[in-house]
Amino acid sequence: MLGIKGKDLTLLGVVAVLALCAPFILNPFPQDSAMAQFNAGYPDLMQRFVIFGIFAVGFNILFGLTGYLSFGHAAFLGVGSYSAVWMFKLLSMNVIPAIILSVIVAGLFALLIGFISLRRSGIYFSILTLAFAQMSFNLAYSVLTPITNGETGLQLSLDDPRVLGTSVSDTGGIPVTNLFGLEMRETTTMYFGDWAFQFSNGYYFCAVLLLVSFYISIRIFRSPFGLMLRAVKSNQTRLNYTGLNTRPYTLAAFVISGMYAGLAGGLLASMDPLAGAERMQWTASGEVVLMTILGGAGTLIGPVLGAGFIKYFENIFSKINDNVLHQWFGGLPEGLENGLVWVAEHFVGSGWHLTLGLLFMLVVTFLPGGLVEGGTRIGRLIRGKTRRADEKSAQSKPAE
Amino acid sequence: MEAILLQILNGLDKGSAYALIALGLTLIFGTLGVVNFAHGALFMIGAFCAVTVQKVLTLSKITLDPTKTDFLGNPAQIKTPYVESWFGPDIGAALIDWSVPLAILFAIPIMLLIGVIMERGLIKHFYRRPHADQILVTFGLAIVLQELIKHYFGANQIATPAPDAFRGSFDFGAMLGMDPNVVIYPYWRLVYFAFAAVIIGAVFAFLQFTTFGMVVRAGMADRETVGLLGINIDKRFTIMFGLAAAVAGMAGVMYAPINSPNYHIGMDFLVLSFVVVVVGGMGSLPGAVLAGFLLGILESFASMNEIKSIIPGIDQIIIYLAAIIILLTRPRGLMGRKGVMEE
Repeated sequence: MLGIKGKDLTLLGVVAVLALCAPFILNPFPQDSAMAQFNAGYPDLMQRFVIFGIFAVGFNILFGLTGYLSFGHAAFLGVGSYSAVWMFKLLSMNVIPAIILSVIVAGLFALLIGFISLRRSGIYFSILTLAFAQMSFNLAYSVLTPITNGETGLQLSLDDPRVLGTSVSDTGGIPVTNLFGLEMRETTTMYFGDWAFQFSNGYYFCAVLLLVSFYISIRIFRSPFGLMLRAVKSNQTRLNYTGLNTRPYTLAAFVISGMYAGLAGGLLASMDPLAGAERMQWTASGEVVLMTILGGAGTLIGPVLGAGFIKYFENIFSKINDNVLHQWFGGLPEGLENGLVWVAEHFVGSGWHLTLGLLFMLVVTFLPGGLVEGGTRIGRLIRGKTRRADEKSAQSKPAE
Repeated sequence: MEAILLQILNGLDKGSAYALIALGLTLIFGTLGVVNFAHGALFMIGAFCAVTVQKVLTLSKITLDPTKTDFLGNPAQIKTPYVESWFGPDIGAALIDWSVPLAILFAIPIMLLIGVIMERGLIKHFYRRPHADQILVTFGLAIVLQELIKHYFGANQIATPAPDAFRGSFDFGAMLGMDPNVVIYPYWRLVYFAFAAVIIGAVFAFLQFTTFGMVVRAGMADRETVGLLGINIDKRFTIMFGLAAAVAGMAGVMYAPINSPNYHIGMDFLVLSFVVVVVGGMGSLPGAVLAGFLLGILESFASMNEIKSIIPGIDQIIIYLAAIIILLTRPRGLMGRKGVMEE
């Protein structure tokens, strides 16, 4: 079906079910209960899961397959956001043209940067992409202010032309982003006992695009092109000796992942029509690297998991403060309670980045394959003996 | 002429900082073959050593003076730093005034210790892993160090003034017989440059003229052979890592009066220092120093108004632009060795 089979089809099915049922899955605790703060089923957060999932899936096509570590991918996300907002300002509030433009512009930008950066490999490539991204960031802040609106960020206003739409909505405000009339921010809430499930148009629009991107990524992974990219990762020199020019392949991968980033940027702008230069900063590029590694670089599902994981815990951990901690440890003797709270407060609230850094170090040190490898190891542990059987069957078939 | 001199001088202090950090990065890379993304964090910790020393020295005993009252009618509080009550007001005040140079004495053992712990505890396990893994794990470490500092010192910049004797500026142009009041230069920046020159000279002399340095250089060229000769090269490399950390730390201490430190000063410098290292050529110590000063001076020239009016925004991107041009025309950077970091 759809040109993919077996495990891949199951994987796509799992992602589809997860994405479509996310409003239920992420809302396991009733409203008003003590655990409600662990709910993540509200549109704003779910949209970020999905959008950063797309971003990481795209990054993985470059990093996971070719091994080229780009430290400047956020530049494409930022460019995508800016082009989408300009489309909202000039053409109409329909998201389709905005997203198409952001993908195209990000693709062209990636073509330019990739053409230059891919002349080098290894750390030189990382530094070149970083240099380009920082250049774009600095320029967006200073000289390009007429296009990017500098520090304030690009926003919609009432006197934008919007040739195909209206400058001012019926109520006198700025019109909202829509898909042929379907408003992106519109949310339906379904009450079910104590539970409140929120279904937002914007989320489902992003989720459908995630599925499409994921499907394309599966096809790339399983195609001869994907095989060529893996060959680049394992031994580029050897490929060159066979008389093959690898540059077009790596450049194609770079442009594709740039377009994914542009799509993510366009979606960010479609959900909330503003764009700022800080989206291009190198910390944002670092974040997508973290997501991909944490989930498992080079695996299909890894980046999506990593993006969801980081965004979920970012949101949850930042919300916990001293009072919540004292509540949790309230049953313990006072000295112990204060001690535990003192330790724990380093890691929650604004200390969330500390947790992230530690977690990241642990994953890189002990689990180079990320969450996916962790899952496989646990799976093996449960199955126990079958692993040895696996190894035996693998041994009995030498590669020659 | 005066304008050119002024821009060169202005570029020197930033260039010195780049050169010192890049020197440490290259030392680590050349000896251990590890790409250390946490090096900027070491620079930042150095700067916060200065902050800590200043804070400790100004710790005050609060006494109440019943003869005066504040606006609420309470007795006025008088803060006397402990050092003043211990060593007498004159010496105490001088100690506080000279807190930044004093912090160097404090920073050297601390940074050596941090460096050695870092190498033994974490970096050691990454020698045989790919460079991407090294970058990632040290990046994680940098985030952790940065957040710890943020937790204890807050997110704002903390002013750490230079000693009184070096505050203010002097007319450098007049000293050279040029028109007065054109080339005005702050004392502390000159101190910083001299300090950087001394440190760089000391590191090179250490590597060039001591037996220890000779062994380390031999280890950089061929680690295996040195190991086969029965020399414990790992131990020496660990010490070199500590030394590189100490260089970064001292650079941070002395930079604190120029730019009040905050928790992300390290990251800001790290990105640029990596550009510097790569421009200089991975693994080349002279290249790192040369590229550091070159890019620092280039940056200050680009911020001249005459140049900015021709190419707007050039001051923001000049370093990256220079890096791109150099990397595309000279693949190994300015003075890079063959076969380093080329997979």
